[in-house]
Amino acid sequence: MGKIVLRKVNKSFGNTAVIPGIDLAIEDGEFVVFVGPSGCGKSTLLRLIAGLEDTTSGTIEIDGRDVTDTAPAQRRLAMVFQSYALYPHMSVRKNIAFPLKMAKLPQEQINKKVEDAARILNLTNYLERRPGQLSGGQRQRVAIGRAIVRQPSAFLFDEPLSNLDAALRGSMRLEISELHHQLNTTMIYVTHDQVEAMTMADKIVVLNAGNIEQVGSPLDLYRSPRNLFVAGFIGSPKMNFVSGSYAQAHSAVTVGVRPEHLVLSRESGEWHGTVTVAEHLGADTYLHVQVDGIGLITARASGEFAVKHGDSVFITPDRSRIHRFDANGNALA
Amino acid sequence: MARTISTRRTAVVTLCAWIVALVIFFPILYTIITSFKSEAEAIQGFNLIPSGTVESYVEVQTQKDYFKPFMNSVILSLGSTVLALLVSVPAAWAMAFSPTKRTKDILMWMLSTKMMPAVAVLVPIYLIFRDTGLLDSRIGLTVMLMLINLPIVVWMLYTYFREIPGEILEAARMDGASLWGEIIYVLTPMAVPGIASTMLLNIILAWNEAFWTIRLTTTNAAPLTAFIASFSSPQGLFWAKLSAASTLAIAPILVMGWFSQKQLVRGLTFGAVK
Repeated sequence: MGKIVLRKVNKSFGNTAVIPGIDLAIEDGEFVVFVGPSGCGKSTLLRLIAGLEDTTSGTIEIDGRDVTDTAPAQRRLAMVFQSYALYPHMSVRKNIAFPLKMAKLPQEQINKKVEDAARILNLTNYLERRPGQLSGGQRQRVAIGRAIVRQPSAFLFDEPLSNLDAALRGSMRLEISELHHQLNTTMIYVTHDQVEAMTMADKIVVLNAGNIEQVGSPLDLYRSPRNLFVAGFIGSPKMNFVSGSYAQAHSAVTVGVRPEHLVLSRESGEWHGTVTVAEHLGADTYLHVQVDGIGLITARASGEFAVKHGDSVFITPDRSRIHRFDANGNALA
Repeated sequence: MARTISTRRTAVVTLCAWIVALVIFFPILYTIITSFKSEAEAIQGFNLIPSGTVESYVEVQTQKDYFKPFMNSVILSLGSTVLALLVSVPAAWAMAFSPTKRTKDILMWMLSTKMMPAVAVLVPIYLIFRDTGLLDSRIGLTVMLMLINLPIVVWMLYTYFREIPGEILEAARMDGASLWGEIIYVLTPMAVPGIASTMLLNIILAWNEAFWTIRLTTTNAAPLTAFIASFSSPQGLFWAKLSAASTLAIAPILVMGWFSQKQLVRGLTFGAVK
């Protein structure tokens, strides 16, 4: 079980409210990702759930039990930190066994659980090493191992992949997703990387300045962002925003269109512009185009679309995929 | 070619280092040399080759009891170190792991007390010791030495503890460790080198402290510093005996320092380069 409910959770440091008041329900077994720019309060929210920070007001419930004033150790949660936070003076075996030792389990049971975890995480050959003798990915696995042996009601991940290189990040992302399917335990995952959020989450919580901007499945957020912030944050490359007469023609203050929803042509189209930068990624080409009367627009073209700096192109937005926003930045139906 | 230059440079740097080390060590060396001279030789002037007599040592031992001040030095330096750790470990812990807005100010204030000349508070402290009956007592002096070195001890431990990432302690908390579990299994093993080198430094500082130990003691609690001072007597200066007494006084700490130099250097430069 791992149902977590936050009611009007507030966290203030002095007079500054980092989290003004959040209501959120996380269902048992869900993979929830908190995503938002740096300083949006996502890590603070995770630490509040973990019990590493005290709430200023509001309540936190885990499986129907009010844990607002409960010590971290008694919340039955496990956490994987950004820096891995392994105990440098202990071997991998002792690191993974530590929570079990604290729970005063018999030694044979500890050994069995540690070896099981090591097998799942491919760490069997490294059990006698110290964390300092491991690579980044292996350290990350030890941190995960330490978390899974406790069989917690939920896992908390605080930007666990941000210290890894791009290739390793991709494979660890997959491993964590697989682990979630295997264990079927609630996971809360904090990241600033919207690609991680989109690829891993059952449910994404987009945070901005301590407030929840939108909660939904990755595709919900992609297809129908509730406001400009979510529209700009979810999706890579970023959504293009256009205001002025073009927006007015769509009876909106701002309209947004994603780079992948623009049709490119060398001959004809709705907008005309000049390519400033063409980023060739192989399968795709990202074009940054200075469009006459509109401004800088990013468009995604197929890898075969061979253009370079200074070339003239025509762009036609897919009308059915245009997002409209009012003066307050909220989406119009 | 480059190799020759770098070898030559290493040689020059090494030579300079040896010269500097010799200059620093020379007073101690000369004390030791003088202790092996007769009084007549000692007064003659600069001379690096002693006759090798041990008469000063014999006289020092027979004239005065060496063992008692030696034991006093041991008790005072160890006692004040243990006491200082009992106070400073929780203090440094609190400042390193749950700092407040005033933590930096408190640290600066503590250090600033070391900038005050000791003699400025000699009279009030002397009077307090006199009125509370602490003059020439080991307890009084132990507390005094602890207080004198406390700012340095707290600072050193604070810098050590600061190097321990807070996330590791949080991880221990998440893993179900109680406060004591956290301290015993995670914090202490990680801080042992720091605590050890802080202890070593404090022992050395307390052993060498001369201002208060000489002024607040007469016979009972007098450590080796007072023992040395007693040889500059009204009968005149006996350089050889004074040197022998000094050598006897610094020998234990010199031996200890020699064996723990690696630990000490690491302790003093910890956190400086990283």
